[in-house]
Amino acid sequence: MARFVARRLLGMTAVLFAISVIVFLIFNVIPNSDPAARIAGKNADPALIARVNADLGLDKPLPVQYLTMMKQIFTGQLTSYAKDRNVVQQIWEGVPATFSLCIGAAVLWMSLAILFGYLSAVHAGRFADRALTILSLVGISMPVFWLAAMLLYFLSFKVELFPTGSYVPLTESPGDWAYHLILPWFTLAVLFVGIYSRVLRSNMLDAMNEDYVRTARAKGLSERQVRIRHVLRNSMIPVITLFGLDFGMVVGGGAILTETVYNLDGVGLYAGEAIRSLDLPPLMAVVMFGAFFIVFFNTIVDILYAVLDPRIRLGEAAPA
Amino acid sequence: MSAIMTVEDLRVSFATEDGVVKAVDGVSFELAAGEVLAIVGESGCGKSVTAQTLTGLTRASNARITGSVNYRGREINGLTDNQLRDVRGEQIAMVFQDPMCALNPVYRVGDQITEMIRAHRDVSKKEAKAKAIELLRSVGIPNADRRVRLYPHEFSGGMRQRVMIAMALALEPDVLIADEPTTALDVTIQAQILQLIDRLNRERDLAVIIITHDLGVVAEIADRVLVMYAGQVVEDATLDEIFYEPKHPYTWGLLGSLARLDQPRTTRLTQISGAPPSLLAPPAGCRFAPRCSHVFDKCTELPPLEARTGGTHLDRCWLDPDIKAHRGSERVAHHG
Repeated sequence: MARFVARRLLGMTAVLFAISVIVFLIFNVIPNSDPAARIAGKNADPALIARVNADLGLDKPLPVQYLTMMKQIFTGQLTSYAKDRNVVQQIWEGVPATFSLCIGAAVLWMSLAILFGYLSAVHAGRFADRALTILSLVGISMPVFWLAAMLLYFLSFKVELFPTGSYVPLTESPGDWAYHLILPWFTLAVLFVGIYSRVLRSNMLDAMNEDYVRTARAKGLSERQVRIRHVLRNSMIPVITLFGLDFGMVVGGGAILTETVYNLDGVGLYAGEAIRSLDLPPLMAVVMFGAFFIVFFNTIVDILYAVLDPRIRLGEAAPA
Repeated sequence: MSAIMTVEDLRVSFATEDGVVKAVDGVSFELAAGEVLAIVGESGCGKSVTAQTLTGLTRASNARITGSVNYRGREINGLTDNQLRDVRGEQIAMVFQDPMCALNPVYRVGDQITEMIRAHRDVSKKEAKAKAIELLRSVGIPNADRRVRLYPHEFSGGMRQRVMIAMALALEPDVLIADEPTTALDVTIQAQILQLIDRLNRERDLAVIIITHDLGVVAEIADRVLVMYAGQVVEDATLDEIFYEPKHPYTWGLLGSLARLDQPRTTRLTQISGAPPSLLAPPAGCRFAPRCSHVFDKCTELPPLEARTGGTHLDRCWLDPDIKAHRGSERVAHHG
């Protein structure tokens, strides 16, 4: 176990290093990304541009620039080129909104997916299954930005059932916090409910034909016990795996569209702004933030996998 | 011995895309208390479906089950799923072929046994666990108090099958149905498992229905033998009658394909030519007729014979009794 964690930490560092180098290089080769030219304005003379470059340290060789930036990220000193504000602090400020959105949506999508997947599998081929199949396909097919816009338009502007977005901190008012997040939670969850319920359904249908399910029946368990303790329990393993990966993805930037449409002051919204203004420091920090969570939850999934399926052992050879 | 289970004209068919498969087609037999009954036949002859239908395990939306399975005066085919739970495990317990697949890989074996106990008895977790350890010990698992916490994949094949048997015994059933319990095991382990079943049969007066395609297993353990072919019973007799006075050409074929140590090494094993018929549209008359070297017009024109000789020996072949006796004794003389 200790060896496993050590290996994963090493791998995580390598992945983050590779990602940061790639982002850094891409930024330096894309056209029109020279921050000095953008900051100095449209008709700046070469002397001004040179001065801006010197101020930002952009006259130094690329490896030096890269190392400086990394050092600033990890000491929390990084400031953006365009707005001259502390990037790490701004990301930190976006974390509550992003986590509120992602955790709430995750709870919603897991509960609904398990419920729908279970019902679909148990009533396979019958009306409930077909209705849920159609529903989940609709959910999978709807683009997030379109769904978010439609919900906002109909439920916030037309009917005025929900607020039109923006984030209220949990510490300020738990009621308002949830009220403002209902539509974003739903928007973000829909796609995953669709996918997960389909995955769970097919896993459960496979598991129902397993010998150990027949054994469970032969033991005289009730059909409910058989379905929940044996069929559902074993079918959850791949779903949990998916969940870990997707949750990391959502926290690490996958919620960018939802945050943008609902104007939630989270990391995603901040990332969107950084991309629009081609501002390297916030972009770099956001990418590192996202990559960290994706790799982190990947590791969590691997550990969880061994807990859920005892046949899998971490970092040691399987017994013969 | 009095019968505790009577099966009469049991028919199980499954609707499939290709048509209706008549997996079991008119099977009748009796099981006496404390008896070991072997159901023998090749793959797909309906022996497993028969066994599983005895506790309603073949119930499915595409299955049609008719006939009667009477267990101590209770009609199992007529029970609701809920009523069936009292029979399953409590009165009739089952052991399956491959214990790796038949045990749930994600639960500790102890938990799988206590789950069964607690589904039927109002006992605490602690009591159930003590019972599980005692059960594991009684089927010959060493260090049972430690092994109760292990997962199925941490056991060897033979030990896993012992776990399955321990679990089956948890509620002290009267009947144990063992569906090819030794097929997935190697030969020395097979013998140990059979000895265990034999011991339980004698010590607990446990009636056993053992499903197998291995006549070696039958010879070792059975009191009576039911030979099945293509969903039907072709012969039902005591162990000695099957081995020394077999009446059905299919039984002759099965015995001829059995390697025996008491034969000269030059004796060639015989095989039954051809393949079993499709259960979608089985042949009229005797189903073995297309593969039988003794076939004559009666075999395909009439339904199979239904005769009981010597009171209990069920014979379903139209061949002349003298020919059968001759063939039977020829086998014995030849192999003797």
